[in-house]
Amino acid sequence: MSIRERLSGNEAVATAIRQINPDVFAMFPITPSTEIPQYVAQYVADGKVDTEFICVESEHSAMSACLGAEAAGVRAVTATSSAGLSYMNEVLYVAGSLRLPVVLAVACRALTGPININHDYSDSFAERDSGFIQLYAENNQEVYDNYLMAHRIAEHPDVRLPLMVCEDGFITSHAIENIELEEDAAVKAFVGEYNPENYLLKKENPLAVGPYGVSAYYMEARVAQAQAMINAKKVILDVAADFEKTFGRKYGFFEAYKMEDAEVAMVIMGSSAGTAKVAVDELRAQGIKAGLVKLRVFRPFPGEELAAVLQNCKAVAVMDKSEGFSACGGPLFAETAGACINLDKRPKMIDIVFGLGGRDFTVDAAKGVFNRLENIVKTGKTGPVYTHMGQRG
Amino acid sequence: MAYNLKEEMNKEERFHSGHRLCAGCGAGIVCRAMMRAVDPEDRAVICNATGCLEVSSFQYPFTAWEDSYIHTAFENASATASGVEAAYKVMKKKGKIPEGENVKILAIGGDGGTYDIGFQSLSGALERGHDFTYFCYDNNAYMNTGTQRSSATPRFASATTTPAGVESVGKKQVQKDLTQIVVAHGSPYVAQTTMFGNMKDFHEKAHRAIYTNGPTFVNVLTPCPRGWMYPAEDFVKICKAAIDTCVWPIYEVVEGEYRLTFEPRQKLPVEEFMRLQGRFAHCFKPGNEWTIEAAQEYVDKKWEELLAKCR
Amino acid sequence: MRSAKDINEKIAWQDLTTGCEIYEPGTSRLTKTGEWRSRTPVWIEEKCKQCLLCAPFCPDASIPCKDGKRSEFDYEHCKGCGICIKVCPFDAICWQDEMKDKEGTK
Repeated sequence: MSIRERLSGNEAVATAIRQINPDVFAMFPITPSTEIPQYVAQYVADGKVDTEFICVESEHSAMSACLGAEAAGVRAVTATSSAGLSYMNEVLYVAGSLRLPVVLAVACRALTGPININHDYSDSFAERDSGFIQLYAENNQEVYDNYLMAHRIAEHPDVRLPLMVCEDGFITSHAIENIELEEDAAVKAFVGEYNPENYLLKKENPLAVGPYGVSAYYMEARVAQAQAMINAKKVILDVAADFEKTFGRKYGFFEAYKMEDAEVAMVIMGSSAGTAKVAVDELRAQGIKAGLVKLRVFRPFPGEELAAVLQNCKAVAVMDKSEGFSACGGPLFAETAGACINLDKRPKMIDIVFGLGGRDFTVDAAKGVFNRLENIVKTGKTGPVYTHMGQRG
Repeated sequence: MAYNLKEEMNKEERFHSGHRLCAGCGAGIVCRAMMRAVDPEDRAVICNATGCLEVSSFQYPFTAWEDSYIHTAFENASATASGVEAAYKVMKKKGKIPEGENVKILAIGGDGGTYDIGFQSLSGALERGHDFTYFCYDNNAYMNTGTQRSSATPRFASATTTPAGVESVGKKQVQKDLTQIVVAHGSPYVAQTTMFGNMKDFHEKAHRAIYTNGPTFVNVLTPCPRGWMYPAEDFVKICKAAIDTCVWPIYEVVEGEYRLTFEPRQKLPVEEFMRLQGRFAHCFKPGNEWTIEAAQEYVDKKWEELLAKCR
Repeated sequence: MRSAKDINEKIAWQDLTTGCEIYEPGTSRLTKTGEWRSRTPVWIEEKCKQCLLCAPFCPDASIPCKDGKRSEFDYEHCKGCGICIKVCPFDAICWQDEMKDKEGTK
């Protein structure tokens, strides 16, 4: 039986952590993810979890301690945002290559500068090549559900990769919304125990982790890691199917919203999708065949599946909530366009960089994007491919 | 139990041959001695900072370690050890590791990974009070990358980033006194040693550090034949000169109480240490005599300060 | 669990251990670092008092000890650094290429 509650995204993540009861939480505060470890600290203080809570002196050490703990044989988690995630950068790659399934909650926030505490994806997108699986959410319910699935995906023997559960800083992390929580026992049963085959503290045999790999092995090691990320696709869907069976809510790589006959579509992520859905509904009422794809899984990137859902559109806008400074489009655009490159018939495609550092995204703005797409369809001319939206001037 | 070299050498080896450290590298001697200090019935997890030791002791698929080992990065051996220790505590609490079964958490890094880039993570772990022992094999420079100066490089040593030349007499700054900085953290056991005699001093300190509850620290002066520029076979001569000149005082600090564990019968002039090594060769050139005087002055000052603390 | 002896530079990526982990102790012994040696130390058993001072100073664990006594060098791993030669108080270890001179002065 689900429990109806009203929680912020951060509290939803903390609740999932309490229910899963991970062995180690290494924390360093940063806005807007700080509340997550604060809630967990209170659970520890109140005896609600058995978690060893380590207040490390930096995010780099937080991830490093998680690697030590995970390799030693237990579940280790942490949470961060923005500069904190960037400071972890080096060890995120180590987590991926050591194949340690650490789960990291990220309340996504702009990177400096100027320094800014509000939401965009410049922090998590900058780590797209780190080897972490990345799950994104539109609202607190999806963050909670993603967290419940996280350990099972990350720890699966065919995967063994670290995983980021991403929520939109402040918009999701701090806004209190209705949510359906699952019962503690049901969550524990769904997530299961962590029993790695080999670990540092195992008595029967020692374990050596993190070697120097000469050229004769490095390429092979990276291919094996790449294969694990490919394997993650099936595992993500399998876990989602079991999640639906157990708790009733359905998840895939993305949500295709009114895409069956869409001529103009948006590829978008996170909370902005909620705003854009309103625009889609209003445009549909006017007879415009608008749709959107809300991407949930950014790593592994579901390129083939995304291309399949976009192939019959006439024009697509990719909404990038991060500026990649490539001078020809943001990261989500590059990947989406790349995924469509081998389609026999493909839509015209534009990139719109928006919402940086918490800049508002409105229903009217979303409608403006669809308007541009309509124009492209009408004139057959794509116009400027890489543009920004919402800035003055 | 009194130290007995024969009994020590009867122990099963826990840092094996076949590692790729240079011929005559002190780090190999350190690791073997460190592992002998773990009681045979206890297991260990070694958390290693990136450096010579790491690339040499675990090159895939060859580990020199008898016990479990983890390397993650350069600056985070202490943070990694903190995580291992936390996991150990949880497993003990949950009964996954039974009573009476002990695992010792050790961290080891060179002076680069300890004095410099790993300093923050070391300080954090010391302050938090994890039950682990950090061994620093201090070879006075970043040897893995080719003898660049570190904060552990002594004044006047020529390093590849502080080379001696017509306008330079080597490194300008004195060595950071990391041992004292660790003492200031309030660690229950801190020691300085090197390899001399029958290794009794090293062994007793390492054992005491490993079997003292809380964060403990052993700083080991570890000569590097390539970086210090001396014939590899002169290893013990170099160590002995370091302690006889008091360039590297041999002492321990137990719960804040200082104790000298070796005092030279006759304190030798610092040039007896310097003249053995190519990295100080320029100090002996005409016109540079002042460097030896300045080095002596600094060693004397530090030695007097230490004696005062030990009184 | 794959053993280090089965991992070499010819195997396919599928046959590497996950995350390049190793599940057994001391596999470095498979590397014969004795090939690095340019000079060779020789143990002169009759001069040896079995004080064992040489043993802990070997960086390469190449002076085997058992029951309080050392035996012949492990030349498969000895890199020939010569530390043991200088540490021996009884001249019971010397360089092979200096053996003749030593014997001459006996």
